This record gives sequence, C-alpha cells and structure tokens, in this order.
Amino acid sequence: MRKHDGQLVMYDEDYRLISAVTQRLVRDANAKGIFVVDRNGQLIAEAGEMRGLDTTSLASLTAGCIAATGGLAKLVGEDDFPVHFHQGQRDNLHITLVSHRIILVVVFDDRSSLGLVRLRVKKAGAELAKIFEEIQKKTEQETAKGGTPFAEITDDDIDNLFSV
Amino acid sequence: MSFINYSSREINCKIVYYGPGLCGKTTNLQWIYSKTNPELKGKMISLATETERTLFFDFLPLALGEIRGFKTRFHLYTVPGQVFYDASRKLILKGVDGVVFVADSQIERMEANVESLENLRLNLAEQGHSMDETPCVIQYNKRDLPNAAPLDEMKKLLNAGVLPDFEACATDGKGVFETLKAVARSVLRDLKQMSG
Repeated sequence: MRKHDGQLVMYDEDYRLISAVTQRLVRDANAKGIFVVDRNGQLIAEAGEMRGLDTTSLASLTAGCIAATGGLAKLVGEDDFPVHFHQGQRDNLHITLVSHRIILVVVFDDRSSLGLVRLRVKKAGAELAKIFEEIQKKTEQETAKGGTPFAEITDDDIDNLFSV
Repeated sequence: MSFINYSSREINCKIVYYGPGLCGKTTNLQWIYSKTNPELKGKMISLATETERTLFFDFLPLALGEIRGFKTRFHLYTVPGQVFYDASRKLILKGVDGVVFVADSQIERMEANVESLENLRLNLAEQGHSMDETPCVIQYNKRDLPNAAPLDEMKKLLNAGVLPDFEACATDGKGVFETLKAVARSVLRDLKQMSG
C-alpha cells in the first residue's frame, strides 16, 4: 500500500491555532495581508485587509516561486533559499519557507518596514513550525487508522460526483 | 499530495498534465476553462513565453462537486513539454496526486511520446513514486489529423493495457472531459484505498 507521504489534514482546532498566529502577525508587523500556503500550492490560512484578492492563484504562484528558487539553490549547492523579498512600488512581499513545508507570505506597504516584518516573521514562523509538526503527526496517526474522509467514501460517492 | 481541510470542508488534489512539446496539454486546460461554469473554476494562469509555449506551468483550479459534505477541488497543472525544461517538470510533479499523459497522435511524434513517457517514469521515480502506483490516464490527442498513427500501435507503444486511455481532439474538446473525469476518479479511488 502506498504511503500518505506529504498528505495534510487540517482540523478546525488546527485552523484556529494557525489563524491566531496569522492575525497576531498582521498586527505586530503592520502588514496588509498574511497568507499561509502549503508547499504544494494550497492555501491554508489568510489574515489581513486584502479582501477580494485571488488567493488560489497567489498560493499556486507562491509555491511555484519557492519551487523554482529551491531548484536554483540546489544548483549553487544550497539546500534552499528560505527567505525571499520582492520590492514593489507600493506593496512588498516577504516570503518565508517554514520547516521545508509551509510558506508564510507577508504583504506590506510603507506603514511597515522590512526590518519589522523580518523580526515578527521569525517568531511567527517558529510558532507555525510547531503547529505544523503537530498537524503532521496527527495526519499520520489519523490516516493510519483510516480517520480521513476518504476512508468513508464509497465508489458510488465517487461515481455520483460525475453523474451530475 | 492531497490537502483535507476540515475547517472549510474541502478536499484538494493536484493533477498534472504531462507529455511532449506541443501535444496539447495547455489546449486541454483551455478547453476545460472555457466550458466550465464560472462558479466552479478559478482564474487560469499560464506562465508562457512570448510565442505561447509553456515556460513553467499552466494552472487551473476546478471544483467538481461534493463528496460526503466535502467540496472536492482539483488543481490542474501542465508541465512545459520541451525536453530542456526538465528541471521545471520535476518541480511541478512534486506532490502530484494524479497524472494525465497527453500523447501526440502524429506518426512523426511517436519517438517524442515514448521519450516523454520515459521521462515521466524517471521523474516520478526520483520522488519515490512508481507509475504503476500513481493514478494515471493516457490521452491520445490530435486523433483528427490525417497523419495520426493507428490507435492499436499507440496503445502498444504507450500503454501496456492497464491504464485507462482515451482518444481526443483537444482543440474541439473531444475526449477532454472524459480524460479529466477518469483521472479525478482514479485519484479519489487511490486516496480512498490508501485510507482504507
């Protein structure tokens, strides 16, 4: 049987923990928006004032960006480039790879500064790393005992998805 | 790999369209995008060159409906088919839940098909997956062209008979949704099997 390598299962209580970290980071870093993205391009959580943004695209492109620079890093003998900074005319992006798995994206403007964002991201990144370590452990335990929604679905459920 | 979000009641999976250059991977996604209800799809992103060749990837998020109260979302990606973009292909394959191999039916592209399929096998193996255990379907595209190879020959060359396969003409949509449904079904069955 194939392993569940890399599968992520996030429960309500996990989301609340992640959300608490991101909401605090918005305030502490004076950021416009915070996004937590899985390295495979799935959006996990968001906070801040950037309503209406295409967050699905943001997640996929951020993951692509991290993947491409990760490839570059290996070319020059580095394991990864875990911190990226993109400077724009109004808004800036600070992207951090946390525990090789999660990407923390901070959008900020001139109400904040790179120094402040770096400082606050360091603390929030460490907190997120701990949370995701727990999520990973839990995912492995739950999938081992068949506790994911996949275990409950039947072939009929799958077929019904395509019959409409 | 899949992401199950109990908070938003969503199951997210990643499907990659693979195949040689100009075989019609992007055309598959464009057709799906053009024929899907706006509320079921997100924005399609194409990171392409000025001549519209895929440079890094195309991306299309798609919602297929609900299973047991969970919205099922599929993220469709294409890889750049040209041989020298192998580093990019490896990156995009990371975390894949299912693969559509799009073969070009033109006789003169048979070698490119075989080479690309072998490249897929190698790149999956590099990530610790074998093709046999990865949900995969094969699409024989461009069946409408006069220089299309006989189907039997293509099957013999590209599919030992175990994988679901479909004839297609992605420019007018023939076989596109059949292929997508088949791979989505294989992915969900695989995830169910792994959880059982």
